[in-house]
Amino acid sequence: MNKLKNSASEALEGVLFDGMTIMAGGFGLCGIPEYLITALRDSGVKDISVISNNCGIDDFGLGILLHTRQIKKMISSYVGGNKTFEQQYMKGELELEFNPQGTLAERCRAGGAGIAGFYTKTGVGTVIAEGKEHKEFNGETYILETGLVADLSLVKAWKADDEGNLVYRKTARNFNPVMATAGKTTIAEVEEYVSLGDFDPDHIHTPGIYVNGFIVGTDHKKPIEIMTTREYVA
Amino acid sequence: MPWSREEIAQRAAEELQDGFYVNLGIGIPTLVANYIPDNVQVILESENGMLGMGPFPYPDQVDPDLINAGKQTISELAQTSYFSSADSFAMIRGGHINLAILGAMQVAQNGDLANWMIPGKMIKGMGGAMDLVAGVNKVVVIMDHTAKDGSPKFLKSCDLPLTGSNVTDLLITNLAVFHFEEDKPTLIELAPSVDLDEIKEKTEAEFIVSPDLKSN
Repeated sequence: MNKLKNSASEALEGVLFDGMTIMAGGFGLCGIPEYLITALRDSGVKDISVISNNCGIDDFGLGILLHTRQIKKMISSYVGGNKTFEQQYMKGELELEFNPQGTLAERCRAGGAGIAGFYTKTGVGTVIAEGKEHKEFNGETYILETGLVADLSLVKAWKADDEGNLVYRKTARNFNPVMATAGKTTIAEVEEYVSLGDFDPDHIHTPGIYVNGFIVGTDHKKPIEIMTTREYVA
Repeated sequence: MPWSREEIAQRAAEELQDGFYVNLGIGIPTLVANYIPDNVQVILESENGMLGMGPFPYPDQVDPDLINAGKQTISELAQTSYFSSADSFAMIRGGHINLAILGAMQVAQNGDLANWMIPGKMIKGMGGAMDLVAGVNKVVVIMDHTAKDGSPKFLKSCDLPLTGSNVTDLLITNLAVFHFEEDKPTLIELAPSVDLDEIKEKTEAEFIVSPDLKSN
């Protein structure tokens, strides 16, 4: 079966509904599904709960869904650097649930793997632990965290083949592989479409079983948030 | 003379041991990478999914797919590996990272650390800090000894929301170094021309003075 879709809107056809939960891969602006986010905006779907490490910046990434007020709730580990987010949150227009970054990643991994919950030391003794079950293992205290699943996962990869096998590039991998496993429907956005057999099967990061469809974007913007360089020394 | 930012970073770099896997936080901790001793090789981890983080790239080698956890562009090394966020925090939570160096707003005498939120101000989020302090074998905390208004930041107990409870192993301020044991922290080192009276005056936390207290 060829999972290639002609456009982002075609890939999202029939899977969007108001009040849905959507996972979106990426760390900062690195490895985010930019065309799929734009398609979400254009679809007009609203009251979305978004699970994503960050919320983009004011005018790029998930930030564009704040301007159209399509996001009801964010589950994130860090939302700095986004004024629109700050304004809407301070006015009480946006719900926010902070998860420690590793707990967020593991909740997605667990959700995709059919694990209902897990115990972790992260957050013990902090506000994160309030109201959660505490349990001792080998003399140390852990808290119970639950697995996360989403109605839809949107991920960004470097390359895909017809089967939807995915390969990521450098630190643009981040949350994408675990989120790909945790969506009832998962749509990928890639930069390059390769023929079946081009991938070395040993080198595939996300097997196609997790991927329902993918689109090939052209000229991804991939903005850089903080440019840091060093000088050539003669 | 209190230690400067660079001197604090330099002092923190003394905690690095050959072969260590190390996570450096944002801010002064990032500067530690500039002071790694010549005879020591460490591998830097970036929690967004990279081991073997290299220096900032040359201008023509900048790659938007290659950033550190502070979202800065960086470069890779021959030993670099990439992995998912879940794998990254498995390494961190699983105790495979030897050392983390982090900034702080407040530290308490029992090792409690507060570095992620000030009530009433916009909260940005804890990112990976709670996972790091809970999972990394040795946590070195760096901060100014007092706040801008002169009030102590090394306290009996933190009044800011915690990042982790009883997690600090070593505290390096611009004035002194404290080592955390089971019971009370121990003052082990003073910055140049800083004396014990000054530390007592500017510290709320109770501490023991090491018999081998080092003056610089």
